[in-house]
Amino acid sequence: MLSTGRRPVVDVALRGAGISAVDHVDRAKVLQRLRLGDAVFRHLTRAAALVVLVILGGIIVSLVWGSLPALRTFGVSFLYEEVWNPVTEKFGAIAPIYGTVVTSFIAMLIAVPVGLFIALFLTELCPMWLRRPIGIAIELLAGIPSIIYGIWGLFVFAPFLQQYVQPFLIAVFGEIPVLSILFAGPPYGIGIFTAGLILAIMVLPFITSISRDVFEAVPPVLKEAAYGLGCTTWEVARYVVLPYTRVGVIGGVMLGLGRALGETMAVTFVIGNAHRISGSLLAPGTTISATIANEFTEAVGDLYTSALIALGLILFVITFIVLAIARLMLLRLNARVGG
Amino acid sequence: MNSSFSSPLYAKRRRRNVITMALSYAATGFGLSWLVVILGVLLWEGFSGLSLAVFTEMTPPPGSAGGLLNPIAGSLVMTVIAVLVGTPLGMLAGTYMAEYGRYDKLTTVVRFINDILLSAPSIVIGLFIYEIMVAQMGHFSGWAGAVSLAVIVVPVVVRTTEDMLILVPDTLREAAASIGLPRSLMIRRVAYRAARAGMVTGVLLAVARISGETAPLLFTALNNQFWSLNLNAPVSSLPVVIFQFALSPYKDWQKLAWTGALIITLAVLALSIVARILAAQRKTS
Repeated sequence: MLSTGRRPVVDVALRGAGISAVDHVDRAKVLQRLRLGDAVFRHLTRAAALVVLVILGGIIVSLVWGSLPALRTFGVSFLYEEVWNPVTEKFGAIAPIYGTVVTSFIAMLIAVPVGLFIALFLTELCPMWLRRPIGIAIELLAGIPSIIYGIWGLFVFAPFLQQYVQPFLIAVFGEIPVLSILFAGPPYGIGIFTAGLILAIMVLPFITSISRDVFEAVPPVLKEAAYGLGCTTWEVARYVVLPYTRVGVIGGVMLGLGRALGETMAVTFVIGNAHRISGSLLAPGTTISATIANEFTEAVGDLYTSALIALGLILFVITFIVLAIARLMLLRLNARVGG
Repeated sequence: MNSSFSSPLYAKRRRRNVITMALSYAATGFGLSWLVVILGVLLWEGFSGLSLAVFTEMTPPPGSAGGLLNPIAGSLVMTVIAVLVGTPLGMLAGTYMAEYGRYDKLTTVVRFINDILLSAPSIVIGLFIYEIMVAQMGHFSGWAGAVSLAVIVVPVVVRTTEDMLILVPDTLREAAASIGLPRSLMIRRVAYRAARAGMVTGVLLAVARISGETAPLLFTALNNQFWSLNLNAPVSSLPVVIFQFALSPYKDWQKLAWTGALIITLAVLALSIVARILAAQRKTS
């Protein structure tokens, strides 16, 4: 048996747990208690893991349930109608969908190349002692709450764009056929363009830090071989690092896109909340999240509320797909690097 | 093969390299300059409005002086409840994934779903809590606000708990098992202890994440102009007050919004720095 005059080791391990194998005469009882505790704890953790699934299921069910009245009233036309009139209770989602897609597109157009170049700098050019501080700075930028970007965008960035950048854009592109439509109209300051730029600043740190991480996963021997052949840094990045990490970079970009699509506060401050599709990027517009944030508490009537929840459902479906693709891509990269 | 350094091809390649490397420096400068500009403006605008009154007085009606006491208190209370609810749940789920079912199907699915919840739009979580709590109870409440924040805490804690427990060497677990320690006690007394710093880091990151969250509070906790910590009624919170005050036309409200923004940012930065120090300690020890 375990107890051989001296206290068994397990007693030492259990000290403080209120259980002792020696002090209790009935060993069977103690073991029974431990077995029960083991099973309870195991099932408790399992239940907690299932709660994560329940949360997702709850989100989907509650959004579908809440949007049923609107979807029943408008049917598929909800997806492509532009009208948004709380007075006559006519609602269509295309203007917010358009705003969401266009602002995110502008954000990615700027943030992806800039983020990749920063990641390139951090992994190839930056002196060792500077890598950590810059990495921390980028992560701080990612940690700033979105409402801070919003208030800064409203009071500092939008007036700046209105005064200096937008008049310049209008003057420069005013003569060129297609671009003159994109940059038409008076410089409002707030609008789709400004929201896209703010989103770009917000998404930049996410894309940078993921790209840096996947760039660092490239086996040094591959890069050294390319350098040994006489490749320039750019050629190593373009023909060795990027092809090797393509899946991971796309995953990171999709993750950033997911953020941009769902971002609420930073956009709400500067988008202008106008339910129409305008050819000009400088015009005010709206996004799904900004519409919900602006109108939900003031929505009177079940149909109005339901239409807003239906917008939320559309947003959730879009971001779910984008994020799922992102995760699958990153998983694929991990599998390759690990194996 | 005359690989002369003055060949046109070589010059072209070198030129391209210089250009792209310059772009790379420029991109880094561009990215970092935003941090400087945003923090600079925030410190400038925020500090000029900072005074003792901000922490001792209630939010004022337009045109009179006041502070941010009720939103600060409301934010603190809701954050504490959210952490108290979300942390145990997240830790238990993370424990299952790392200790019991590291290789089973459930873990793979939960990990995937959790990663998606981690970056799901927070406004959708607000809608979810509105549907299941506010609409059922018939009124906005601090409880609903706290629960929606807890829903954001859970995935962050699940993620870090799992990651940190996986880092605990299996030899520790085997040693514990070899002296006859039941599995649940091994997890709680050996694995948790070894992963403690990392798990605390996760909680801190979660707090940092929710302390700036606005979207899920807009239509769960709503807002309250007066001193109230009654969680069955609307409760004021710092981010929502910033949102309301910044968009108002009143100068003194906008000033308070900047000050509130500064307080949140300093809190978030302090939390992430402490989390970073903790994580660094874990690595060196």
